[in-house]
Amino acid sequence: MKKKLVSILLCAAMTATLLAGCGSSADTAADSGAAEETTEAAAEETTEAAAEETTEAAADETEEAVAAEEEIPTSTFGDANGTHLEMWTFVELHGQHYGKMAEIWNEQNPDRTIEITCTTYPYGDMHTKLLTSLEAGTGAPDICDVEVGQYPNVVAGLDQWLVPLDDAASPYMATMVPARMQTYQGEDGHYYGAPYHVGATAMYYNVAAMSEAMGISQDEVIAKIDAVVTWDDYVALGEEYKTAIADDSKYWTSVDTGGVDWLWIAMAEYGEDWTGGFEGPANVQLDSVKNMLSMQQEWLKSGLAQISPDGHVDLEAGFQNIMDHNIVSFPKALWYMSRFTNYMPEESGNWYIAKCPVFEVGQKCSVGIGGTGTVVTQQSEAKELAAEFLCWAKMSDEGEQNIWDTLGFDVCNTAQWGVDAFAHDDNNQFNQYFINYPYDVLNEIGMDNIGKISVVAISPTINEYACTTTLNEVLEDPDYSIDDALQEFQDAVDLEQ
Amino acid sequence: MKTKNFLYSQKVAPYVFVLPFILSFAVFWVYPLITAFTMSFQKITATKTAWVGIANYTKLLKDKVFLIAVANSAKYMFFTLVLLIPFPMIFAVLMDSNIVKAKGVWKAILYMPALTSVVISGTLFRLMFTEYKTGQMNLISQALGFGTYKWLKNGWSGMLALLVLACWRWTGVNMLYFLSGLKAIDTSLYEAADIDGATPIQKFFRVTLPLLKPTTIYVLTISVYAGLAMFLESYMLWAGNSSPNNIGLTIVGYLYKRGIEKNDMGYACAVGVVLLIVALIINFAQLIMNGTFKKED
Repeated sequence: MKKKLVSILLCAAMTATLLAGCGSSADTAADSGAAEETTEAAAEETTEAAAEETTEAAADETEEAVAAEEEIPTSTFGDANGTHLEMWTFVELHGQHYGKMAEIWNEQNPDRTIEITCTTYPYGDMHTKLLTSLEAGTGAPDICDVEVGQYPNVVAGLDQWLVPLDDAASPYMATMVPARMQTYQGEDGHYYGAPYHVGATAMYYNVAAMSEAMGISQDEVIAKIDAVVTWDDYVALGEEYKTAIADDSKYWTSVDTGGVDWLWIAMAEYGEDWTGGFEGPANVQLDSVKNMLSMQQEWLKSGLAQISPDGHVDLEAGFQNIMDHNIVSFPKALWYMSRFTNYMPEESGNWYIAKCPVFEVGQKCSVGIGGTGTVVTQQSEAKELAAEFLCWAKMSDEGEQNIWDTLGFDVCNTAQWGVDAFAHDDNNQFNQYFINYPYDVLNEIGMDNIGKISVVAISPTINEYACTTTLNEVLEDPDYSIDDALQEFQDAVDLEQ
Repeated sequence: MKTKNFLYSQKVAPYVFVLPFILSFAVFWVYPLITAFTMSFQKITATKTAWVGIANYTKLLKDKVFLIAVANSAKYMFFTLVLLIPFPMIFAVLMDSNIVKAKGVWKAILYMPALTSVVISGTLFRLMFTEYKTGQMNLISQALGFGTYKWLKNGWSGMLALLVLACWRWTGVNMLYFLSGLKAIDTSLYEAADIDGATPIQKFFRVTLPLLKPTTIYVLTISVYAGLAMFLESYMLWAGNSSPNNIGLTIVGYLYKRGIEKNDMGYACAVGVVLLIVALIINFAQLIMNGTFKKED
């Protein structure tokens, strides 16, 4: 009898060990998986639509990020006698940006020099570590990158955890894109995060393919694209292209079942926000969403659009689809430029960037997607200095210049947008790749025409349900009732709020 | 003198030897297990933690997505048992027989996938199963005259992709378990069977299968856990934790979604506790039926 008891206990112990073992390996798995996100194209986190930024710069440093899994790259920059700052990031290039900026800072401020140590962790690891150390009240770095999808979890601690950046950012606020600053606001209205980029959406057009199919010169195609103002114009141009090419396997655009970018654009145009912001409640049954989805259903039925292979354009199949010229236009944030240069170099010189069409004339025509907000923690021993340095490194002229040169983002400080040496630098790879200058498009859009969709606690739920269920229902079956799908969507969201 | 007595004591020595295991077991398994259990009764937010009783569990019962995750994990576990026990066993018997030539090569080929990272192999399988026409599976289906297919958007083909990945990866490992089990079987039993005029089929069912039982039970037990706790394969195959209509969502995937993506640790712990209970029930039932707890003779 005793023996039996012992054997049962042993079995229970064994089961628990094994299971715990499985659990923990799943955790590391999650981490390495998440690390891969950084490498692979973070767009893969279709769950967090807003999460795409991870990739932006990360995309071109696959090797570094992979190395990050094996060993944690730590680099120290600046003056060894200066104030020491600890910085965590999940993209090594971001760390190098701060290193470069620290050296310029030390030249400009010889009496307040700093030394900064940047540590690159895998994506999942870094956010978990940061949250744990903030909760524990010890162990957090002075400065930390926070990916926008994870931002609600971090900003929940408000000024108990983070240092408000309002004062440090004030010298730059007049020219900062307001929507981007608001993205990183806390519930109390203070700014807690400094942005790298706008992530403004624009429409990418394959002018070369269009000109060949339609038998007109590239300049004529560009003139036609520039004349597009509303979605109706966009559809008319698409039909013209479809008629000219007369090929059922070629489409005007592709719609996403695994990403919510199209819906974000629609909401920004109507000035709506399905999260409801901090006050809530979230409401997904919006006119903008209905209009966009019913328009997409029409496109699918008429053969104007296809469904993006594997769900959205920011995956390998999407790149291939673009390179095969199966689609010749699509809207995406400006950081998608780096996908062109990294994954589709042979398309150089074919593509043109233009404003997104709108539903009604006078609406906003862009929305900021993705991003990383950098925060200063309350655990820092040099909060003011850290905040001042951070805002300077991410918002000043020097900072923006380095962000555009090394990271290739559409910077948030509009003061730079009009500077010729900055925006029209022909040595810049993006300026070389595209037919027009990306910053000309930004200037044309204008900082006040860039909308914002809040990223709050309910956001992951909304994005996830849209990508797993609603978009699949509505687009895979273009006859599916949009009202029914949105009702289901709303019910699922209501369960969580 | 006293210390020497202590060190040389036959009663104490075994405990000293198992102490490292007991310690790590207590710190890394028992402690988190208890904490997870208490956390499953709490609502944990950024700055405060509150007791909510069984609210997490009642919510879990009504949570349709969780039920989908349980169903997916159960299906996956069932099919991996069906595929990953008989076939590796047959391969092991073949490897042990004289029918197969160049055994080392075959063993290496079958075992190799277990050495690759799931992150890499999952990504490769995702590219193979892409719905785009250049994907490996679609090339095959086009060559056979069927058009392209959206492999990772439909329930059955998504599960198929997961199972192909699992079989590719684990067949070799399970085969090695069975091979080591076969080596332990006394050859004189086969000689005796030969003398009695038993056919190879009879030998397999009357000698090999019964004597492999301990190995089979071991493989069955770990496969049940592995099946229920699968996460990374699905995460890599759908490039993230969201699959169309949740066809690839597993229990651990759901736990990750709740705990990490939505930072709701209390609810995630409730998911984890349910997973533990389900796994314990299945395995105890299985072990009792197999007679593992019966008194040894």
